[in-house]
Amino acid sequence: MESNAKKEGKRLLSVQNLSVQFEANNEVVKAVNGVSFDLNYGEALGLVGETGAGKTTIAKSILRILPDPPAKVTGGEIYLDDQNLMSVPAEKMPEIRGKRISMVFQDPMTALNPVKRVGWQIAEGIRLHEKCSKAEADMRAKEILKLVGISEDRFREYPHQFSGGMKQRVVIAIALACNPDLLIADEPTSALDVTIQAQVLEMMGQLQKEKNSALILITHDFGVVAKSCDKVGVVYAGEIIEFGTIRQVFEEPRHAYTRGLFEAIPSMSLDVDRLSPIHGLPPDPTNLPVGCKFAPRCKYCTEKCMQPVPDKDFGDGHRCKCCMYDQEA
Amino acid sequence: MLNTVAYEKKPQGSASDTSYKRSWKESNFYGIMKRFTKNKVSVVGLIIIILLVLTAIFADYIAPYNYRKVDPVHKNMLPSAEHWFGTDAQGRDIFSRIVYGARYSLAIGVIASLVGTLLGVLFGALAGFFGGWVETVILRICDIIQSIPNILLCICVSQVFGSGFFATAMALSVYSIPGTTRLLRATMMSVRDQEFVEAAKAIDCSPLRIMFKHILPNCMAPLIVSFSMAIGMKIMSSAGLSFLGLGIQEPIPEWGAMISAGRRFLRVAPHLVIFPGLFVALVMLSFNLVGDGLRDALDPKLRK
Repeated sequence: MESNAKKEGKRLLSVQNLSVQFEANNEVVKAVNGVSFDLNYGEALGLVGETGAGKTTIAKSILRILPDPPAKVTGGEIYLDDQNLMSVPAEKMPEIRGKRISMVFQDPMTALNPVKRVGWQIAEGIRLHEKCSKAEADMRAKEILKLVGISEDRFREYPHQFSGGMKQRVVIAIALACNPDLLIADEPTSALDVTIQAQVLEMMGQLQKEKNSALILITHDFGVVAKSCDKVGVVYAGEIIEFGTIRQVFEEPRHAYTRGLFEAIPSMSLDVDRLSPIHGLPPDPTNLPVGCKFAPRCKYCTEKCMQPVPDKDFGDGHRCKCCMYDQEA
Repeated sequence: MLNTVAYEKKPQGSASDTSYKRSWKESNFYGIMKRFTKNKVSVVGLIIIILLVLTAIFADYIAPYNYRKVDPVHKNMLPSAEHWFGTDAQGRDIFSRIVYGARYSLAIGVIASLVGTLLGVLFGALAGFFGGWVETVILRICDIIQSIPNILLCICVSQVFGSGFFATAMALSVYSIPGTTRLLRATMMSVRDQEFVEAAKAIDCSPLRIMFKHILPNCMAPLIVSFSMAIGMKIMSSAGLSFLGLGIQEPIPEWGAMISAGRRFLRVAPHLVIFPGLFVALVMLSFNLVGDGLRDALDPKLRK
């Protein structure tokens, strides 16, 4: 889209202080705790974190498809351009959900309806959001199918006739059908093997650059982030504990957790007998520590870490939630 | 290639236009029939049903005698060249009566199952999709209905509606509503939490659209089986009602009514019961076979 090209570098999405919790059986699970980040047109953001860190919950709250109850957004604002998504009335959401923001789901095996034709599923979004005839929607769906590298002969086939990688392409095609400004990809390659992973990532990156749209890539693979993102946010226990450009975070990781993650990656050049893991497990989200969420596992932990930790900004957009840097400042 | 995105107005593609026509072999129906015909036993069932339906439609041309013609001289006659299935206690030709009876038996089976299944689908879908208090209310009503013995329920309903053809159909359909409701609710619950439903929400499908376009098509297989088996069951139950004097009454040659009328002569003339009984069994078997075959053919998840 030409209009997006002009917006290069303009802010598309701004998440401010987002908090989400799940309430069930008198237990409160604090899934997301005060997450903030900005994303510009044409940028790709990687959200990295362990299973259950809250990455998917962040994504779903942007789309407002969290199941309520039990999920509740307890605070924060999400701006798309200058529109606050949290205060958009439900009947206006169709103009945003699926049209301006769309989502690629994790598991292509279950994200497609097994009894509906692939073409029908791609065209559905177009029919819902654009005023056009069924034939026109189908025609456009065919072109999108070609765009993700699948022959249009297969338009009328069912999901089970596709391989895993092709199914994921179809899922991406569905997400791209209405030409969204923001594409959220929730572990789009976790269910695929490494070669197909590379193909799918490359294709997504290419399409994103082409349309100058923004991408949020949720993953737990630093390699994937390094390959396809401009910015990265490290998510731990519902917080973004470190945020910055790829260069900043990869070359100069500030947070002990991020460092630990990099240290845990085996080096190709050194001969090491044992990997150096981060000891312990992520905290129980029903009972989070008061101060730094990482403190119980952190080898640099001091008494100061028991107090709430402010976000430390290093200027240049590199942020980190760790009290170590308070002293330096 | 990547530049030719579809987001602008559709290009004047003549190529796309030609590729748009779908051949007969691509159609859904063809595929389903092809898979269905692979199962030979189901095909036999389907042929029997088709023959019975044709018999019901063209009963006037097939039946050799008037099904109401009483002939006291030739009563309780064994099968012969003149009367293929013999005659009943009033001397009426049993073959003719069975031919006409196909109309009533098939119609009552199909109508009662259809009404029961449709209402069951409606309630089951509401319960399965919305959950919460809607589900509780619907399921408790189902519990209440199911706690009444079937035949008692039929008697109550036919007391209210009378004993005509449609009253009987209503009576028979009521007690199958809770079963279908529960069946659909259970199936929907397993489908409801799958990721594609969430994906449908992400492209902003309305709840109704998700329910009917995404979830319900995934629940068709058990419904089709339960529907086709219900037809056989309804024909049986209608026979039971007729026997109690509540269903369709003489002189209408409904098969169940024929069985209950012939029961008194079981010792002297067993063919009075055997022939209509045979047809009830045949219909039931055929519908079950077809139901199984359809389930395999319709379910894309089982396709090879």
